[in-house]
Amino acid sequence: MRKLALNDEILLKIEKPARYIGNEVNSVMKDPEKADIRFALCFPDVYEIGMSHLGIQILYDMFNQREDVCCERVYSPWSDLHQIMKERQIPLFTLENQSPVKGMDFLGITIQYEMCYTNILQILDLSQIPLMAKERAWEHPLVIGGGPCTYNPEPLAEFFDLFYIGEGETRYYELFDLYKSAREEDCSRAEFLRRACKIPGIYVPSLYEVTYGEDGTIASFEPKYEDVPAVIKKEIQMDLSDTFYPRRPLVPFLKATQDRVVLEIQRGCIRGCRFCQAGMIYRPTRERNLKMLKDCADEMLRSTGHEEISLSSLSSSDYSSLPELLNFLIESKEQGVNISLPSLRIDAFSLEAMKKVQDIRKSSLTFAPEAGSQRLRDVINKGLTEEDILKGAGLAFEGGWQKVKLYFMLGLPTETEEDQKEIPRLADRIARRYYEIPKDRRNGKCQITISASFFVPKPFTPFQWASMYPKEEYLKRARTVNEEMKEQLNRKSLKFNWHEADVTVLEGVFARGDRRVGQVLVKAYQKGCLFDAWTESFDNQKWMEAFEECGISIDFYNLRQRSTEEILPWDFIDCGVSREFLIREWNQAQKGEVTLNCRQRCNGCGAATFGGGVCFEHQN
Amino acid sequence: MDAAPQHLEEAFVLNIRIKFQKYGVMKFIGHLDMMRYFQKAIRRAGIDIAYSEGYSPHQIMSFAAPLGLGVTSDGEYFDIEVNASMSSRESIDALNRVMVEGVSILEYRRLPDTAKPSMSLVAAADYLIYVKPGYESEFHSLPELSRQVSRYYEMQPEILITKQTKKSQLEMNLKDLIYEMKGLNFKDFTLKDGPLPEYGLFLKVSAGSSDNVKPELVLEDFCRFCKIEYNPMKYQVHRLEVYAKSDEIPVKGEQERKSYQNQLKQLKKSFAAQGKTFPEFLPLGQLGKDIR
Repeated sequence: MRKLALNDEILLKIEKPARYIGNEVNSVMKDPEKADIRFALCFPDVYEIGMSHLGIQILYDMFNQREDVCCERVYSPWSDLHQIMKERQIPLFTLENQSPVKGMDFLGITIQYEMCYTNILQILDLSQIPLMAKERAWEHPLVIGGGPCTYNPEPLAEFFDLFYIGEGETRYYELFDLYKSAREEDCSRAEFLRRACKIPGIYVPSLYEVTYGEDGTIASFEPKYEDVPAVIKKEIQMDLSDTFYPRRPLVPFLKATQDRVVLEIQRGCIRGCRFCQAGMIYRPTRERNLKMLKDCADEMLRSTGHEEISLSSLSSSDYSSLPELLNFLIESKEQGVNISLPSLRIDAFSLEAMKKVQDIRKSSLTFAPEAGSQRLRDVINKGLTEEDILKGAGLAFEGGWQKVKLYFMLGLPTETEEDQKEIPRLADRIARRYYEIPKDRRNGKCQITISASFFVPKPFTPFQWASMYPKEEYLKRARTVNEEMKEQLNRKSLKFNWHEADVTVLEGVFARGDRRVGQVLVKAYQKGCLFDAWTESFDNQKWMEAFEECGISIDFYNLRQRSTEEILPWDFIDCGVSREFLIREWNQAQKGEVTLNCRQRCNGCGAATFGGGVCFEHQN
Repeated sequence: MDAAPQHLEEAFVLNIRIKFQKYGVMKFIGHLDMMRYFQKAIRRAGIDIAYSEGYSPHQIMSFAAPLGLGVTSDGEYFDIEVNASMSSRESIDALNRVMVEGVSILEYRRLPDTAKPSMSLVAAADYLIYVKPGYESEFHSLPELSRQVSRYYEMQPEILITKQTKKSQLEMNLKDLIYEMKGLNFKDFTLKDGPLPEYGLFLKVSAGSSDNVKPELVLEDFCRFCKIEYNPMKYQVHRLEVYAKSDEIPVKGEQERKSYQNQLKQLKKSFAAQGKTFPEFLPLGQLGKDIR
């Protein structure tokens, strides 16, 4: 019988004990004694969120394929258990063997969004591992970070021994081999890190020195030693059809956010929206072939027993064999499998497919125009025209849909009051299109939900130099939209939601911050900030105190327009997309000029250096 | 040879009752999550379960009696409808191959076509209650426990407790709802979650949609009676079996009722022949037959 790290008394007192017991279907139970490397893989958020993440499942499967590696999982204990673990000094443990994380060789943390940064500190703290990398010794695990936020790892630089920049499939085995030989040789931790930094994609922050100029910007960012690479090129899995993919993914007992088989059909996006980090850092677009996807789908449905399958990609409509894939999925609908089709462009083809797999009356259509006016959509290079939207919505309304969701961003570069007002006006025009349908052929009112988030500039996008706004300005813009909505003819069919502005401000700082903002994280965590992505636990007051006490200016990071000459904290990373391309796109944006997508024309972004994917689609 | 050839049965659905054990860490998985677990397990095992009609079809599956969080069990039941079935043995094996540690399938039996759902039949349940390892029992020996039980259960003319419901307080007499209560030597019991202490408490109580008695409720009142502190963390509650009333006819339809009554008569005879009294309750699983 497995012995749990927590006793019955604790488990029966806290919310959802199933978060902490492991034992899930397809979890991998290994004898840690027989492994040379023990790896704790962590998603620093609550179990139900973390279990829904595909990347963790890919790495878990890949690591455990090696006999010498015992990979286990760990998630953030919810606040109730956090309290108990702190009080009783219970060290954080892995789910599989229920062993202390502090005894592992590696603690790998995926860093998916800025608002989980305090949760990372919680993981270290509860694990009883020193927060600061420089205070760790061989008795502690090597703490390694991965995921999209590592494209600017600097705010977290002090807390991690290493970062893995790029896709995990390519270099982890090499890192494991290096680790084993280093331990056999009995070399020092510092020596190991020095060797590890030579593996492509591996960034060891302690081996770099940053200096700052009088204006507070970075004056220099240099390796401390000659043999340490000055530039880290992202790692990328070029052949996505012949690579690791979890054929037997974990099935949680609790209802996770993704309670279904997830089929990642491609990586990257051909569109080049100028605000979108994913669209840049995952270049070039690479597809998995149809055969692999069909095999995976069959096998995963069989091994999990899931009753639903979902496609995952940044823009599924751009997948070149989409019709074949959808037909295949629709066939499996007969075996009681539900299909969910997110991120499809709304057109006759996709509506036809959606009709086959969804209950039209219950489902809603989603458009992401991101900006209300055509002018601003051109600025952000969102290739969606009003005509596309009205045509798509019209087709959908004729086909029986009556719910539409619209996603926008406020605070985009060059945005004017007129652009803001165009948001509800566009929604109103969609509603008008609905009411053009004769009364006897439509089903009551339509419901159009407008959701607006506030724009946060991200590294490696053409908007990485853009300035943000103070919180009040975001709220003012949201109010402008709300007021204008009330002026619309179909206002009763429209609904407007907007995000928290406090969180936007913090995201802005940590998305583009440098090493100096790390101390704010420690301070905020010490004050009790945790689960900041959760509205119920977010406490802006504490954050503001933390900035104040550390003497860190939010305005310096958010309100300043950066010059294209400035050394940015993430400049040492080469994500394939060149600085010249980003500057060109930034200039095009100011002029409101669009750039064609990768399939229409190569724009020479630089990603062709990886030697594959969409860049070479029409060549042999 | 009571089972008809498989191909003839495919046009109909078969009612199946499944019995399983829940132990180990699985006691921390709540009722709703167990239902979701089985929905997926049934698919993994390749059981040809029937789906409801409509746009989002769901499996036809219903559980007999929800088990509280932290409670282990040797007698959990749920019913499903299948389009076609392998034998009981094959089905049990197929299911057990896809179980996690802490759930084992014990029975897979075919019910009459007009069987009432197990949920509506539940009338009683057996429980063991014992002190978890690492805790001291207040009753230092089995005789002492038995003496207290006898004072509590046999010598009291009525056992009145107030039960807090959502809207009001309800006075109930536990004496009528506890069918059996005794101190028990555990030497004959092996549970998956061994080793067991030497002795503990056995309870047979009323269960089901009306007059459901939670064993914890009895335990708490018993502790109060014995003037010892009730610490719910200290005791492991283990369900042994869930029963239907033997005189309740578990099928619908004229013919089926008659045939069941005949069956019951047979059963009573065989009990009488062995010199045993016919029990007041029958385990839910006994209402079905193995598919050979």
